[in-house]
Amino acid sequence: MQSIVEVQQLTKKFPVGTGFFTALKEIDLSFTRGEFAGLVGPSGSGKTTLLNIIGSLDIPSSGEVVVMGNSVSRLTARQAALLRKQQLGFIFQNYNLLPVYTVYENVEFPLLLLNLSASERKSRVLETLEWVGLTDKINSRPAELSGGECQRVAIARAMVKRPVLVLADEPTANLDSVNSHNILKTMLRLNEELKTSFIFATHDEKVIAYLRRIIRLEDGRVVADEQVTPTNT
Amino acid sequence: MLKFLFNGLLRDKSRSLLPVIIVTVGVMITVFLHAYLTGVLTDSIEVSAKLTTGHVKVTTYGYEQNSSQQPNEFAMDDVEQLVEELNRDYPDIEWAERILFGGLLDAPDSTGATRAQGNVSGAGVRLIGSDAEIERMDLQTKLFSGRFPEQPGEILMSNDLFVRMKLAPGDVVTLISSSMYGDMAMYNFTVCGTLHFGVAALDKGMIIADIADIRRALYMEGAAGEVLGFFPEYYDDELGLQLQTEFNSARLDKEDAYSLVLTPMSKAEGIDFLISYSNYAGLVVILIFVFAMSIVLWNAGLLGGLRRYGEFGLRLAIGETKHEAYASLVGEAVLIGLIGSVIGTAFGLLLSYLMQHYGLDASSMIKDSTLMMPTVFRARITPETYFIGFIPGVLSTVIGAMLAGIGIYKRQTAHLFKELEA
Repeated sequence: MQSIVEVQQLTKKFPVGTGFFTALKEIDLSFTRGEFAGLVGPSGSGKTTLLNIIGSLDIPSSGEVVVMGNSVSRLTARQAALLRKQQLGFIFQNYNLLPVYTVYENVEFPLLLLNLSASERKSRVLETLEWVGLTDKINSRPAELSGGECQRVAIARAMVKRPVLVLADEPTANLDSVNSHNILKTMLRLNEELKTSFIFATHDEKVIAYLRRIIRLEDGRVVADEQVTPTNT
Repeated sequence: MLKFLFNGLLRDKSRSLLPVIIVTVGVMITVFLHAYLTGVLTDSIEVSAKLTTGHVKVTTYGYEQNSSQQPNEFAMDDVEQLVEELNRDYPDIEWAERILFGGLLDAPDSTGATRAQGNVSGAGVRLIGSDAEIERMDLQTKLFSGRFPEQPGEILMSNDLFVRMKLAPGDVVTLISSSMYGDMAMYNFTVCGTLHFGVAALDKGMIIADIADIRRALYMEGAAGEVLGFFPEYYDDELGLQLQTEFNSARLDKEDAYSLVLTPMSKAEGIDFLISYSNYAGLVVILIFVFAMSIVLWNAGLLGGLRRYGEFGLRLAIGETKHEAYASLVGEAVLIGLIGSVIGTAFGLLLSYLMQHYGLDASSMIKDSTLMMPTVFRARITPETYFIGFIPGVLSTVIGAMLAGIGIYKRQTAHLFKELEA
């Protein structure tokens, strides 16, 4: 299987006062194309920090993280932005939609950065909104949507550029059970149909039930890494 | 992308409305102040030009070197011929001969003995046979009582002096002065009117008579101390300096005290400061407003920026570089600056037009001023007025945005990113 992320002896420290807080300790991991994996652990276990480094939003203190052939620590700011722009999608706990823009414009935004033509942008946005079932909300603003609809817009925004890897940080934290399952089913379908890899940071049992690989983190270390059969499909 | 940013700007009132209002108000004040200062300073310069210096002045070199003493012994002979030449060489300029002098004014009683005396400074200008100097010096509005000279031997004097000497209209006064040859000169005049200039220096003791009478009084037939030149509109320093170079290279000989010299207004003692100040006034106004508005907009930008760090974090996560995010912030500022500048300039022009048309009567405020100033303050709209506001308008928004946007660079990407979750 094609490896898309290689993590070797990753350590991440943050300065705290006169000392350091070690968020990640000597992590070794590998992710292949098409995975539906989760970084699972309690708050402060290092899930989000690891996700940020894989997403080239942060750099390791030591060790190496290679994402689609690019060593994160050696990327310039411009190269890291290019990697995120072309290959990575992000989904956040709070959706983080731009409030003054419509659903259509929020989803279109990543394509503007890719300098696609207007007609191509339009066809891709409409197609993506159809995947997530929001074609009737094209002209709505985020304030007019429910939490589940907002998260579906966020998924569409992450998926519209057809990324190789989507990084989702607690995507169901603000959703009720029904919406959480709907969102996860949508992501699972996209994973299966488009072979897009998903890496979640979560401690939500509803998410865990959908994962095919669970990586358990505690105090910045990987304590378990196992392939599982999803209990919810 | 531009359309995307523009839409966001229009829809997010906190990003557009408040900054546009700030820029509009700042630009409006800048435009108005610039027009107002230009108007008042230009009018002040023009008042000085019309009363004393002209836009350019032709004298002898000796007169120019001792001009504060009004040295009529260095007056120019055969001035009629000189004015003809000047009219021929510089047909767009109006030329006027004047004689300035000082002396003592004596009012006799019925027995011929001195009843009252006063020191005077005087001017001989063409009053009889032409209204040009009366209009130029705006004497019509300054006539306090009586009338202008109609016959030879009639004189105007400042009303303050007139009252101080307890004179009555039609009284005869004797001017005691020195002729252009250095002798004592005495000449009788009849007071036909009084003037109020509103300028303490002039009201204290000024007399004005027809230049022909002064020539007779001071034995200056065919002569004049000064020939003043007036441009068609306002003083133009570039033209003044150009004429100085042209004229003086042809006529001036510093070895000869009686050779002719042309002095532009900007080189006249006491006026040079006013003209320099006038030239820099606009720049000062712009700098003040760039500075003040930048601080206000920087703070507005900081408040807006703090709220938008989350948005920037998202945009960085999606794939924008910090440079692109910063550039878009500055781009928005340019747009806001342009919109605010257009609106502010329109309002500023309207106010300036009203001030130019109606003016502000300040005669009561400056009645004891020692400066030669216009009694009605008016704005003056010049070509500069139309674009001057864009400099602080756009610069301040851009500087404000640049300062506020530094936070994007100072924060680590992941930190900005985390602010999404806040």
